[in-house]
Amino acid sequence: MALTTNTILICAGGGCISAGEESVKQAFERKLKEFGLDTVVKVVETGCMGACSLGPLAVIYPDGVYYQKLTPKAAEKIVEEHILKGRVVPEFLFEGEKEKLTIKEKPRGAEEIPFFARQVKIALRNVGVIDPMSIEEYIARDGYFALHKALTQMTPEEVIKEIKDSGLRGRGGAGFPTGLKWELARQQQSDIKYMICNADEGDPGAFMDRSILEGDPHSIVEAMTIAGYAIGAKQGFVYVRAEYPLAIERLQKAIEDAHAYGFLGENIFGTDFSFDIEIRIGAGAFVCGEETALMHSIEGKRGQPRVKPPFPVQRGLWGKPTVINNVETLALVPPIILRGASWFRQFGTEKSPGTKVFALAGKIKNTGLVEVPMGITLRELLYEIGGGHPQGKQIKAVQTGGPSGGVIPAEYFDTPVDYESLGKLGAIMGSGGMIVLDEDDCMVDVAKFFLEFTVDESCGKCTPCREGTKVMYDILDKITKGEGTMEDIEKLEKLALVIKDSSLCGLGQTAPNPVLSTLKYYRHEYEAHVRDGVCPAKRCKAFISYVINPEKCVGCTACARVCPTNAIRGEVRKVHEIEQDACVRCGSCIEVCRFGAISKVTPAVSSAVAR
Amino acid sequence: MSKVKSLEELMKIKEQAIQNIKMRESGKRGKIIVAMGTCGIAAGAKDTLKAIVEYLSELKIDDIAVVQSGCMGLCEVEPTIEVALEGQEPIVYGHVTPENAKRIIQSHILEGKIVSDLMVKRGEV
Repeated sequence: MALTTNTILICAGGGCISAGEESVKQAFERKLKEFGLDTVVKVVETGCMGACSLGPLAVIYPDGVYYQKLTPKAAEKIVEEHILKGRVVPEFLFEGEKEKLTIKEKPRGAEEIPFFARQVKIALRNVGVIDPMSIEEYIARDGYFALHKALTQMTPEEVIKEIKDSGLRGRGGAGFPTGLKWELARQQQSDIKYMICNADEGDPGAFMDRSILEGDPHSIVEAMTIAGYAIGAKQGFVYVRAEYPLAIERLQKAIEDAHAYGFLGENIFGTDFSFDIEIRIGAGAFVCGEETALMHSIEGKRGQPRVKPPFPVQRGLWGKPTVINNVETLALVPPIILRGASWFRQFGTEKSPGTKVFALAGKIKNTGLVEVPMGITLRELLYEIGGGHPQGKQIKAVQTGGPSGGVIPAEYFDTPVDYESLGKLGAIMGSGGMIVLDEDDCMVDVAKFFLEFTVDESCGKCTPCREGTKVMYDILDKITKGEGTMEDIEKLEKLALVIKDSSLCGLGQTAPNPVLSTLKYYRHEYEAHVRDGVCPAKRCKAFISYVINPEKCVGCTACARVCPTNAIRGEVRKVHEIEQDACVRCGSCIEVCRFGAISKVTPAVSSAVAR
Repeated sequence: MSKVKSLEELMKIKEQAIQNIKMRESGKRGKIIVAMGTCGIAAGAKDTLKAIVEYLSELKIDDIAVVQSGCMGLCEVEPTIEVALEGQEPIVYGHVTPENAKRIIQSHILEGKIVSDLMVKRGEV
């Protein structure tokens, strides 16, 4: 293979693909060919680089210069300027550098950009760095060396001890010690055991598992094989949702290539250990992320949970001892085996060692994927890495753990991020989704959003979960429509506790969490809706009115023209008025008004025509 | 692909793969900067660049980065390249045809001897 002068790494994670990565890549290749550089410049598609809001992203090596928000035009310019002439193209440089950069100055590499510099990438070590379709690139980054070490230099017990010593806990959210799970499975007497990778990622806003599968599928193949050796399983399954077609495609290729090299199949590395992996595609039911439901689904049955015990390590898939680990958990296994438990423990805290991947979403500048050491404070995570609020507003709270988690108000942002600390606040670590909320987010509305999700996703097996979440949703709906009573709030609380106590699986047990945690910290917002007819965030339509400030209105008619219900009346160059009965509160008028004359008020104005 | 049975075989794949991706990373022994201004390209810098890359790859030299730059301002002696080895003063060579490029790599990169008849400047341009 010919040597290359430059390598262009293009992020081909889901975010960048939907932002047009494909056409950017084609533009790069077309332009390179035009200049006759296609033989010496390599274009590589990698997994998610993390800064999804700035996609499509590319890094140009050897300089390591990051470019953002690329278009085909931008790609052509970069080839002409950067590749051909070695001149950095400032207008597409990674966020915030444009202003500071003079021509002579060297643009910052990943180690100097705060978004990247504060991260410690272990689970994401290869994501965004290697070509996920190339097993050789994975091997170049020490891939399959951990498997070799485990199979040839360690007994299964030693592998388990290493994982136990590392203190690795399940990254799916519950935080069960991984080594202990393996040990329990190892101790079971059975001719057949199974190893399952849970890739049924379903929390709204969480996409770290998808990114790992898309960006570094071999790490999962290697880790599952190590786990299979440790527990005594010969067969593994990856349960992945059908909504992740790219992850499935790349994983499939990884499995095939691993077979070709003999990292899967009979007598791996010439030892007497044999292991194979099959992909099982789920239909995307949230409950199938629950381990017993997941196993039912693999068996071809309806995806519903069952009573535990017996736990899967005792009686799992087809009644055989089974270990189920989450994608991110598994991605951490090979480095631990290769570099040792004490190496892993240098990151994170005593009880929560290592790193955790978070998906930042909502009102935050750097939405995307970040991996940080456990124990980092929420403030560091949100402000230093996340870049704070995009418009510099106050962040009100952060919602962690998706529909199973809760909100954490800004006054607790100095809390270290670990399993115990988040649990104490009434939130959970969860799979690592973080939705950032600001003053425009109504907490009742947030709770309603998550409840709507769980109402949809409840499998229906347990009555409290099936019926109870619906009743809770209806109450929240009533409150947001201005029909709630103070008794409703108490009823909500009571129902929440009953559902938590009487549901079989994690879905039902955690479904009321968003309501409980918003009630805990933002009860005054619920009460404002019910008692005062006010939505403090001015979000719930029943409690707001749009009004025109006659001092500022110049009568340009822009608002009247855009109003879908013709609720705005007024003559040209005269002050306009909004007819409240006709207004549907869509907000179009605010967006078009260039004079700042329209504002939202709460409580709603009662008169038919308000100024 | 054949099945991998030993650590040695795995190491071999790793080393080969590293060769292929190493050029991506910065932090090398040094770099060769090929001036690719309009004048350089007109004088044949593209062929020079290709020759350098091919020759380095033939010799399995993987710790030298090859990068492009704009015009160095020495248009009369194009194509020009700058050889900048870690800890040494950079040397600019002129009239670097593909053949001269090979000589420079052989002598300067491999043996550490400056090719004085092609040298046009010492130090930063």
